[in-house]
Amino acid sequence: MKRRAEPFWWSLFGAGGVMSAMFLPVLLLFFGFAVPFGWIDVPAYEGLRTLLDMFLVKLLLFAIVALSFFHWAHRFRFTLYEGLQLHRFSRTIAFLCYGIAILLSVFACYVMFVL
Amino acid sequence: METIEIEVFRYQPEKGSDPAFQTYEIPLNKDWVILDALNHIKDHIDGSLSFRWSCRMGVCGSCGMVVNGKPVLTCATFLEKFAPGPVRIEPLDNFPVVRDLVIEMSDFLDKLQKVKPWIIREEEGSTEEEYLQTPSQLADYKQYSMCINCMLCYSACPVYGLEPGFTGPAALALAQRYNMDSRDQGNRDRMEALSDDTGMWQCTFVGDCSAVCPKNVDPAGAIQRYKVEGATHWWKTLLLPYGKDR
Ligand code: SF4
Ligand code: FES
Repeated sequence: MKRRAEPFWWSLFGAGGVMSAMFLPVLLLFFGFAVPFGWIDVPAYEGLRTLLDMFLVKLLLFAIVALSFFHWAHRFRFTLYEGLQLHRFSRTIAFLCYGIAILLSVFACYVMFVL
Repeated sequence: METIEIEVFRYQPEKGSDPAFQTYEIPLNKDWVILDALNHIKDHIDGSLSFRWSCRMGVCGSCGMVVNGKPVLTCATFLEKFAPGPVRIEPLDNFPVVRDLVIEMSDFLDKLQKVKPWIIREEEGSTEEEYLQTPSQLADYKQYSMCINCMLCYSACPVYGLEPGFTGPAALALAQRYNMDSRDQGNRDRMEALSDDTGMWQCTFVGDCSAVCPKNVDPAGAIQRYKVEGATHWWKTLLLPYGKDR
């Protein structure tokens, strides 16, 4: 059977959809509203830092962030390709969208594991 | 008696005129469906009007049209719902029009063929042999077998509108109808045919097909399940390169 890339990108897209739907609302509610509006006490920096130093937490955060990029890339690719009828540029569009997602993921990886 | 205005899409190529809407005033009969209204026009006002229908009971799938912008079975949609009118009746979207409300459906028929909608066995058994099935095995695919080929989903699908090559909702759901049949062994054949650029991956999960389907086939759901299978298959052949699937 001829190998095609589509199922690969779709897997990342699907995984990104699940991840962002499951975790982003909670994270946003917590760090975007609850903490800044003072609904709960600001968590101590030390506590958060210790949490973030755990490898599994890093991995999870990285997965949420990176997969969400790929979710975006896939959606945006089809939006450009079909929504704007840019068939002629389908390869360039795919290259750009997934390329951006890959670059951003590498950056996320750097922030998470190297910095 | 109360009346209602019906605006019907007319196209009569032999007259050489452009497509246009023609308005008819007809009785607003509470018992009528849209198809009765069309038949009233044809029988009493204008015999030249063309449209397809047969069973009048939501079974044959031939009376699909776009009514006030939405694809419906005209034999299952009451006229009164649209009072005080006017009601606009057009042929199904995304298909070439042959005449008035009649569309050219050969593209759809080709696509049905493409998914090999029959039971495939690796080896043919004897004709005496029966392939038994439990009720739960039947339940696995029954929903997908309810399709009446009305093409409402193709009319509603924006991807099919933009990419005429797309295999489309009903045909992909039909593939799943056979893939999930315990008697069938053709999953791999179909996967091959439907993983190309016109197959399941072209679907962007808009979901309008399932919203308009009169038989609750849920083609959108069928395609998403198919994608999960396709992706699993892809990873399997990557990670287990010497597996039987290759
Ligand atoms: S899937 Fe539903 S809408 Fe599509 S052709 Fe079959 S019955 Fe009609
Ligand atoms: S006439 Fe048969 S489905 Fe409407």
